Amino acid sequence: MEKKNYTVSIYTENNLGLLSRIAAIFLKRHINIESITASPSEVPEVMRFIIIVAVTEEQIKKIVGQIEKQIEVIKAFYHTDEETIYQETALYKIKSEAFVDDHNIQNFIKESNARIVTVTKGFFVIEKTGKRHEVDHLYEVLKPYGLMQFVRSGSIAVTKNEMPISGILEKFNTTNSLS
Amino acid sequence: MEVKTANFEQDHAPVSCKVSGAEAVIKCLLAEGVDTLYGYPGGAIMPVYDELYKYQDKIHHVLTRHEQGATHAAQGYARTSGRVGVAMATSGPGATNLVTGIADAQIDSTPMVCITGQVGSHLLGSDAFQETDIVGISTPITKWNYQVTKASEIPEVLAKAFYIAKSGRPGPVLIDITKDAQFDTLDFSYKKCKGIRSYKPVPDLDHSQIESAVAVINSAKKPLIVFGQGVILGGAEELLKELLHKTGIPAAWTILGLSALPTDHPLNVGMVGMHGNYAPNILTNECDVLIAIGMRFDDRVTGNLDKYAKQAKVIHFEIDPAEINKNVKTDYPVLGDVKQTLEHAIALLRPNSHESWVQQFKDLYKIEYEKVIDGNLNRNKTKVGMAEVIQEINKVSGGDAIIVSDVGQHQMKACRYAKFNKTRSNVTSGGLGTMGFALPAAIGAKMGCPERDVVAIVGDGGYQMTIQELGTIFQTKVPVKIVLLNNGFLGMVRQWQQMFFDKRYASTEMVNPDFITIAKGYHIKTKQVTERANLNDAVMEMMKSNEAFFLEVIVEPEENVFPMIPTGAAVSEILLE
Repeated sequence: MEKKNYTVSIYTENNLGLLSRIAAIFLKRHINIESITASPSEVPEVMRFIIIVAVTEEQIKKIVGQIEKQIEVIKAFYHTDEETIYQETALYKIKSEAFVDDHNIQNFIKESNARIVTVTKGFFVIEKTGKRHEVDHLYEVLKPYGLMQFVRSGSIAVTKNEMPISGILEKFNTTNSLS
Repeated sequence: MEVKTANFEQDHAPVSCKVSGAEAVIKCLLAEGVDTLYGYPGGAIMPVYDELYKYQDKIHHVLTRHEQGATHAAQGYARTSGRVGVAMATSGPGATNLVTGIADAQIDSTPMVCITGQVGSHLLGSDAFQETDIVGISTPITKWNYQVTKASEIPEVLAKAFYIAKSGRPGPVLIDITKDAQFDTLDFSYKKCKGIRSYKPVPDLDHSQIESAVAVINSAKKPLIVFGQGVILGGAEELLKELLHKTGIPAAWTILGLSALPTDHPLNVGMVGMHGNYAPNILTNECDVLIAIGMRFDDRVTGNLDKYAKQAKVIHFEIDPAEINKNVKTDYPVLGDVKQTLEHAIALLRPNSHESWVQQFKDLYKIEYEKVIDGNLNRNKTKVGMAEVIQEINKVSGGDAIIVSDVGQHQMKACRYAKFNKTRSNVTSGGLGTMGFALPAAIGAKMGCPERDVVAIVGDGGYQMTIQELGTIFQTKVPVKIVLLNNGFLGMVRQWQQMFFDKRYASTEMVNPDFITIAKGYHIKTKQVTERANLNDAVMEMMKSNEAFFLEVIVEPEENVFPMIPTGAAVSEILLE
C-alpha cells in the first residue's frame, strides 16, 4: 500500500504526560512524526494535537485506533491533504547585505506572499505562511543568498468536513453531568 | 493538573475528615474493597507503610522478596479472584522493578493498580536519591498512569485508577505519589468513579452487527470458534457453553482462554497456535466461518498471517475496537461486552449440529494421539517426561486445581495436558512470556482463591528468576504446591537450537544448585523424584499436604514439545515430529 501524508487530529483532555503517551504509540511502531503541534481547540478546556505522518492507510487506521484507546483522548481522526486546509509558517534570517545588493530578493518576497518582519543593520527576517511546498520553494530561492537561520513550524490544519467533536462532548455533558 | 472525572455517584454520603495523604491511600484501598496487597517498602513510600502498620487488622500486606514478585502476585490474585490486584513499591529501583509485571499485565489484560512512592515534589527533576521517572517509563505499558503531587488529589485519582483498571478491557494503572503528598493533609471523602467523559470502556451494542454475524453462522457448514480470555474477563463462560450446546460448533481456545470451557466438554477441540493441538490448527485453514470470541489473533496463534484462514469469513466478538482488523481482516465485527453480544446472538442462532465436521476434529485428534500424545503420556523411556507429571496431577486433582505455569516447554506441556473443570483455573504469562512469573503468581493465585488447590509448574530456568519468593511463601505460610520439572536446560530455547540452529546449544545448559536444599532452607516440605515408580506417591503426598510443598521431578533432558508450527509457517503446516 502506498504511503502518503496523513493529518491526525486528536482531541484530548489537558493532561500532563499525554503528549508522551501519544508519541509512544508512533515510536512503538517505528514511525517518524513529520510534525506535531498542540494547542487549545474550539472547545473550552479541550486540547487539539495535530500530527503529520507519512504512512499507509492501513497503518494510520490502526494508529488512530490505538490513540483513541487512551483514556484521556476524546476522539481522534485522520485526513489526507485533500481533505484538509493546512498551513505552516517559516522564518528565514538573511544577511542585510544580500537584501541591499540584490533587488531580485524583494521581488521574490513579493511574489511568494512572504513578508519582512524585522530589518536590522546586520540581518533581516522573512516570514512565510503557506503550504509545505511553498515554504520549501522560498527556501530554495533564498538559499543562494546565505541563510543564517531557517525554522519552520509544524503544520496546522482544519478539515473541510465538519468535526463532530462538539457533538460528542455535548452528548457527554448532557448524559454525564459533571459532579 | 486537574483530573477530570464525570458522573460520580455517591455510594454513601461522604463524611469528610482531616487525614494525611498516606492514610488517604489506605482509606481509598479499603473503600475499593482491597483486603490484600503485595509490595516492598522503601524511603519514598514509608508514610504509606506507616499507615499500613496502623491498619494491619483490615488490610493484609504481603512482603514479597522483590518488587517484580509483588506485581506477579497481584496478577495471580487478579486472575483467580476477578478482582483488582494491588502492588506497592518505593521510588527509583522499587518502581523500575515493577516494570516487567506491569508490561505482563498490560499485554494479558489483567486489572492491576500499582502505587509507587516518589521523591518530594520540590526534588522532582533534580536527580534526587532514588528518583526515577516511573510515569515516563511506564507510559507505554500502562492503561493509564498519573503522578500525584498534592494530597488533595489522592481520593479522586485512586478512584479513577480502580475504575480504569477493571472496566472495559482491563489493564494495569500506575499511580506515583510524591512523598510530600503522602505527608500533607486533606479533607478526605471518597466517591467511587463511575465514568470518565473521554473514556468509553464498552462500545455501544450494535444489533445489526449481531444480526449479520448470526446470519453467517446460521448458514455456515464448517464453523469454528476460537475463544480467548475475553470469555473469562466478560464472565461469559456459561454463555459460551450455551452457544456450543445450541449450535454444535467445535470450539478451540487460546492459551489465555484455557479453562473457560471444561477440558472434557464434547466440543472442546483443544488449543490453537504454535504448540496447540493438531486438529484446530489444521482445520483453521479449512473452516468456512471463523468465530473469534474475546481474543486478539496473537502471532503465536496465527502463524503466517498471509496463510491464515484465508478461505473463511471471519467474525470477531470483541470489546476493544482497536483489535478489529489489527492482525486479521475481519468481515463481521461484533463490538461489545461478550456477555451481552453472545446473549443476543444465542437468542437469534438456529439450533444446529455439525456432526461430520466435528468428526474431522476427532479423526485428526486420533492422529495427534498416536504420533504425539501417547508417546508423551506413556513413555517407554527411563526418564520421566513432563506430560506424565501433569497427568499425575490431573489424577489427584480431578481437574479441580488451579494450575499456574511459568514460561517454556513445561508451560506448553501444562497447558496441553492439564485438566480443568472450572474457569479462572489457568494462570500463565501468555503475551509477554515472562520467565519467573509462576512462583510469585501462584502466591497471589492462592490468596485470591484460598479454598482451591494451587499448583505452580515451573522449569529450572524460570524458577531461578524469582526463586527468592520462597521467602514470601515461608513467611506467609501460603500453602502453594510447587512442581519443578528439572531438565537441566532452558528447554524451549534448546529445542529451537536443535531444530533451527544445528544443535548449537549456546548458553542453554544449566548448572543447577541443589533445589531441595534451597527449599529446605526456607523450611518448605520437599520431595525429589527421579524414577517413574515414585512419581504417583510423591504427587499424592504433595496434593494432600496442607502446607506449602516443593516437588522436584528430574525429567528427560532433551524432550521436545510437539506439535509445532515453525516460524513463518501456516497453521496448517503444523509439524507432529
